[in-house]
Amino acid sequence: MTTLAQARVAMKHGAGGRSMRKLIERVFLAGATGVAADMDDGAAIRVGDQWLIVTTDSHVIQPIVFPGGDIGRLSVAGTVNDLAMMGATEPLGLTCGIVLEEGFAIDDLERIQASIRATCADAATSIVAGDTKVMRRGEVDGVVINTSGVALTRRVVRDRGLQPGDAVIVTGTVGDHGMAVMAVRHEFQFGESLTSDVAPLNGLIRAALAAGGDGITAMKDPTRGGVASALHEMADKAGVSILLREEAIPVRATVRAAAELLGIDPLFIANEGKALIGVRPGQAEGVLTALHMHPLGRDAAVIGTCLAESPGSIVLDTGFGQRLLSEPDGELLPRIC
Amino acid sequence: MCLGVPGRVVEVHDNEAVVDFFGVSRRVRLELVDQPVQPGDYILNHVGYAIRRIPEDDIEGTLKMYEELLREAAEDDLMAGDVRGEVEATREG
Amino acid sequence: MKDSCARELKFRDPGRAAALAAKLQRTVSETGRSPVSVMHVCGSHEQAIARYGLRSAFPKDLHVIMGPGCPVCITDQPEVDEAIALARQGVRIATYGDMLRVPGTSASLADVQAEGARVDVVYSVTQALDLARASSEPVVFFATGFETTAVATAAAVLGDPPANFFVLSAHKYIPPVMEIVSEMPDSRVEGFLAAGHAATITGWGVFESFVARHDVPVVVAGFEPLDILAALVRLVELVRDGKRTVENLFPRCVTREGNVAAQQQLWKVFRPIGGRWRGIAHVPNGNLRLRDGWARVDARSNFTIDLAAVWDGAPSLLSQQCVCGDIMAGVKSPIDCRLFANECLPENPIGACMVSTEGTCRIWHEYNVSGQRAEIGARR
Repeated sequence: MTTLAQARVAMKHGAGGRSMRKLIERVFLAGATGVAADMDDGAAIRVGDQWLIVTTDSHVIQPIVFPGGDIGRLSVAGTVNDLAMMGATEPLGLTCGIVLEEGFAIDDLERIQASIRATCADAATSIVAGDTKVMRRGEVDGVVINTSGVALTRRVVRDRGLQPGDAVIVTGTVGDHGMAVMAVRHEFQFGESLTSDVAPLNGLIRAALAAGGDGITAMKDPTRGGVASALHEMADKAGVSILLREEAIPVRATVRAAAELLGIDPLFIANEGKALIGVRPGQAEGVLTALHMHPLGRDAAVIGTCLAESPGSIVLDTGFGQRLLSEPDGELLPRIC
Repeated sequence: MCLGVPGRVVEVHDNEAVVDFFGVSRRVRLELVDQPVQPGDYILNHVGYAIRRIPEDDIEGTLKMYEELLREAAEDDLMAGDVRGEVEATREG
Repeated sequence: MKDSCARELKFRDPGRAAALAAKLQRTVSETGRSPVSVMHVCGSHEQAIARYGLRSAFPKDLHVIMGPGCPVCITDQPEVDEAIALARQGVRIATYGDMLRVPGTSASLADVQAEGARVDVVYSVTQALDLARASSEPVVFFATGFETTAVATAAAVLGDPPANFFVLSAHKYIPPVMEIVSEMPDSRVEGFLAAGHAATITGWGVFESFVARHDVPVVVAGFEPLDILAALVRLVELVRDGKRTVENLFPRCVTREGNVAAQQQLWKVFRPIGGRWRGIAHVPNGNLRLRDGWARVDARSNFTIDLAAVWDGAPSLLSQQCVCGDIMAGVKSPIDCRLFANECLPENPIGACMVSTEGTCRIWHEYNVSGQRAEIGARR
């Protein structure tokens, strides 16, 4: 039974949750085989005795400038992080295709370019190829940026590799990016300290991999759809369940307060400078120590454990009881009731 | 009925207040609250309107009420003794 | 002192919560009955219970039923259709987020938004006012929610709104539906938890005649984990002792008279009329409509709403099998519904109980998928 909504693309199809997955499965993956069918953060292609990781991402964020970053920084960090999540922490280079709306301010464009350059420097990489297009006023909203990246790695870390007994680590506080963007959109005023966490993580992940080696079984970055979405995907693909301890999950007080005001769960909110890492129990302490020594990993914490029972379930121990953590679907909407 | 969140008033301008909700500030309308509101007061916010000024002593009162509920168990109820012990232990938090 | 006050406002101490849960278990046993059924009528109570995983802490012999307290769920299809019709007619609609995906007879506001209609999500009526002030075109505020939310709409109407601001009122009033539920023949409800925020406005006095007529106790409860547990303890004590009274366990926000200033504004702007609540049928005095004197801002007086255009398709066969009404009345559970977790899912909801984040079916689906309760790993 096809409902009206399914005949047209709706905003929920871009939100990173269940609906987007279904759209991809139904439209883009129909008949697909091989690498793309994995739907991991990047594609892994065998080249000699190494793996070539390839990934692509398009960025359409509004507003293009937000506390803590802008669309330029986001475009670079997003792709560098997708490569890093596959275990490839030394990008060979990025491409950058920009579509501009007629009337877009050159000053803004220069600002974006400066951010792109600076973030590439942070990630020890560069833009090696690019493209620019202009569309008429009204045909595109401001600017759309697509970046793709390539990197080599000897070992691929999949997002489906979790095993029962693994510890689940998050590298820092959750909900910062999405909340910062929502704050600008909803005009939170006076004294807000909500800033995006957008940052390239390849240095941090390199440290984690050095400490954990093969003990690191899976990685994923919790972007759209937040930690909840990413963990659901990881648990589904691995056939495990995950028991999370709510009090262990690092959340900034201001993010928690803002999320409560809007009736949104921090676990559903996008992050752009965090990673989820599955680690064999014996190596969890070592990985955590390595993360804590890195500036981007100071708030890293073990937030849960993987179990064999009830595969695919994410259970949250709230301290008062337990409940299932649902998979977010669609845009996050402020709740009144 | 829903999503009433308590916050602390920082500033008041005519019918609008700036309210701090644990580090996040929001503007809140004052047309509905039935008592005058001043900086330092706690209010209950619902969909952008203050619907109640929360008197500070009422908070203590509520906590006492919970303690009473727990204390009403019989003196020789060992389980009650156990949970009283638990509550005492967590009081440091 | 201020900081500890802030913490106390939250009432989330797990130690106290565990003690209250233990007391609740004992009190339920003392009634000598199993199960003991109580009902709450507030979506936010269900949301808080679900969010903190409190159901896994409730005694097995205590049934805490969610009644028709989700304002999204009980907004009737024709009311949603009115907003959809206006949107399709080219009128800009401002709506609370919860209502965006509620299916009317054949479509939701999200669907018409995807078609190109202008639908803005707001979290306060003040935002809708801002939209109107910034535009020369009409803005219709789709006013949903119970009395706690209706008072905000009333304040907006009384505050000299711009000439292009209109209200399409689908507001509801809770006390009448408690009567309906109590009078249902299948009703096994022995006590009610009343919604703390609604009672902040109405006062707890409105329940006195209710308990006298229906012989059941009512306890007014707040929304923090300790509030809910403490209120349940007190309610079950009253059930155990056969006491038919109203008790207020949310004294920091609720008084007997309530917020009189807000009540005055509410009844100046709105009048209660009987109407259909989705799935519940007719509730006398359960709907709030703008009084005739406010025709200037009433969308129904200013626009011809072409409902026929919305009803170009008959209601789907599936929606006819939806039993949300029985679920909201507390006489059925989601797992009693043929469609639950099959054709009816959060991403493809048939009934409103699955659309709303506070709908029983949605909450059950989220924490009780396939009938398993979420209790894995070692319990603390």
